[in-house]
Amino acid sequence: MNFWERLYLPAIFQGMGITFKHMFKKKETIFYPEFEREFSENWRGMHSLKRDEEGRERCTACGLCALSCPAEAITMIAAERQKGEETLYREEKYAAVYEINMLRCIFCGLCEEACPKEAIYLDGPIVPADYLRKDFIYGKDKLVEESMKVQQN
Amino acid sequence: MELAFIIEKFGLILVIFLVSLTIAAYSTLAERKIAGFLQDRVGPNRAGPGGMFQPLADGLKMFFKEEIIPTDSSKALFILGPSLALFTSFLGSAVIPWGQDVEIFGRQVSLQITDINVGILYIFGVVSLGVYGIMIGGWASNNKFSLMGAVRAASQSISYEIPMGLSIIALLMLTNTLSMKEIAEQQHGFNWNVFYQPVGFLIFLICSFAETNRTPFDLPECETELVGGYHTEYSGFKMGAFMFAEYLNMFLASAVMSTLYFGGYNYPGMDFVNELLGPLFGPLIGMGVLILKIFAFIFLFMWVRWTVPRFRYDQLMNLGWKILIPLAIANIVITGIVITLIDKL
Amino acid sequence: MSVSLFYFVAFLTIFFALLVIFSKNPVHSVLYLIVTFFTFTLHYIMLNAQFLAIVNFIVYMGAIMVLFLFVLMLLNLNEGSIGSKSNLLKMVGVIAGMCLVITLVGSVKALNASDPLVLQTQDLGLVKNLGKVLFSKFLLPFEISSILLLSAMVGAVLLAKKDIKQG
Repeated sequence: MNFWERLYLPAIFQGMGITFKHMFKKKETIFYPEFEREFSENWRGMHSLKRDEEGRERCTACGLCALSCPAEAITMIAAERQKGEETLYREEKYAAVYEINMLRCIFCGLCEEACPKEAIYLDGPIVPADYLRKDFIYGKDKLVEESMKVQQN
Repeated sequence: MELAFIIEKFGLILVIFLVSLTIAAYSTLAERKIAGFLQDRVGPNRAGPGGMFQPLADGLKMFFKEEIIPTDSSKALFILGPSLALFTSFLGSAVIPWGQDVEIFGRQVSLQITDINVGILYIFGVVSLGVYGIMIGGWASNNKFSLMGAVRAASQSISYEIPMGLSIIALLMLTNTLSMKEIAEQQHGFNWNVFYQPVGFLIFLICSFAETNRTPFDLPECETELVGGYHTEYSGFKMGAFMFAEYLNMFLASAVMSTLYFGGYNYPGMDFVNELLGPLFGPLIGMGVLILKIFAFIFLFMWVRWTVPRFRYDQLMNLGWKILIPLAIANIVITGIVITLIDKL
Repeated sequence: MSVSLFYFVAFLTIFFALLVIFSKNPVHSVLYLIVTFFTFTLHYIMLNAQFLAIVNFIVYMGAIMVLFLFVLMLLNLNEGSIGSKSNLLKMVGVIAGMCLVITLVGSVKALNASDPLVLQTQDLGLVKNLGKVLFSKFLLPFEISSILLLSAMVGAVLLAKKDIKQG
């Protein structure tokens, strides 16, 4: 290094010039709650439990998603379909309780791949923030897709 | 000691106290805003229009946080540390001349709290006292990281006080006085000291970065090595006091640099403005100019912080002892030679 | 007014000086010593010696005591780590202290205390007058003391430098 380089001051001024230029550049910030960044095709967000064409829940509570989950975020309780409930559930067995702990979930998408009934997809938005830990355990009320009839109305 | 004099001084002290508090509080916002701008972000913008109330929100948060005093710490010293840091950073602004004399109701009012004839040395002393707050706080925390931070603060401040003092000596050889008021008066118009002492100013600037513990010299609180440095154990309002002291020190250092080297309240064409606006508003414009200069220096502090990376500790010591001190001494010698030559001619 | 102020500050000086001796924790001792030095500064101000006051403030309070504190913090001495002294050591201490007291009393008696000449030049302590006196009347002692400091500095550098042959 020659004397001019050993002085460091020119290098410092150069760096300060660069940072000063950035003051007038376009800001990259996206103001999140009001605006959202565009998601990519394979974005994995909040889970949703799907319905079939007739509006019946696809899930048969086989437990493969819970088994494949590396974070052990999924728990479910299965129940048998009663007479008269054929319009609600597609299979003879269904999930009476289906809970995902969003604090444990790592959004890896393995449940999606394990599901034989194509019942669970991670196609939702960003999981919103909350104040209490218990509010992050999402039950069927938050996970199941709205039925066709409700959607149509 | 007439009554009007006491009221006048008391009012001045109150105003300067409040102004420096406000500026220090808004420095925290400015720091985050500028950091945002330099990194293509916008900084805090939710509390109030453009984030205007962010300092208030931060202050309230600090105030309501739980105060934790570690069990094995020495309690009195643990509280004394941040109090002392805050106290000493307020003291310095007493000798800064904020403007020319103002005429209110036919009275000449000096815009300086007190003009002691060793003004510069007083500021120097107050600055050197500031390190006690950090040292006492760090030691009383009874924590290795805090202690290391305190020790670093002490050695750093002592190392950089020497070149700072030497750079001031070269300035004093020009001004022939230690009084801040006279130094400010000598720089009337555009006759600023920085044109006669550029090297001295550079040394003073670098040392004031080190004395205020700002990046690139923020080793006493460097996160990567020492967690939080001397304030690792602090929380709540005591932590806030340390932060506030840092910003107040920055304000004071900016004020001193503007007064010593950048003409204080002087600006080109001030005589014309003073005649135009009369003896009350003319000096107030000068005061505004001084505050603008201070803002410019505070911006410089922040700009450097978000540009230059932190020094390693041996680099810091090398810079202080092997570069700045010889440079400052050379500056004194050259200044002396030039003054003698000019006197002889 | 000024006499009572002097007695008040003098009382504070002695009080904190005693606390320096009696506090068990070395770091507390140093902190009390700092306060003692601050009261010295007050004394200088009362004598209208502003320059000396501020130099005492900067050099003793701002630099030397910081180094003291620095070293004590690194040594990590705690209460009781000094340990009790033997009786012989205590005896020697008492005798040495008495000798010091006798010397001090003798020197104070030999001196003519409160020389009114000093007080007649009120502005002696101001920077200008002090500088003029130092660089004219006391030029030789001033320069000799600066050489003393320089030699001490060179000595410190030599001590701190690594021995190249051994290292």
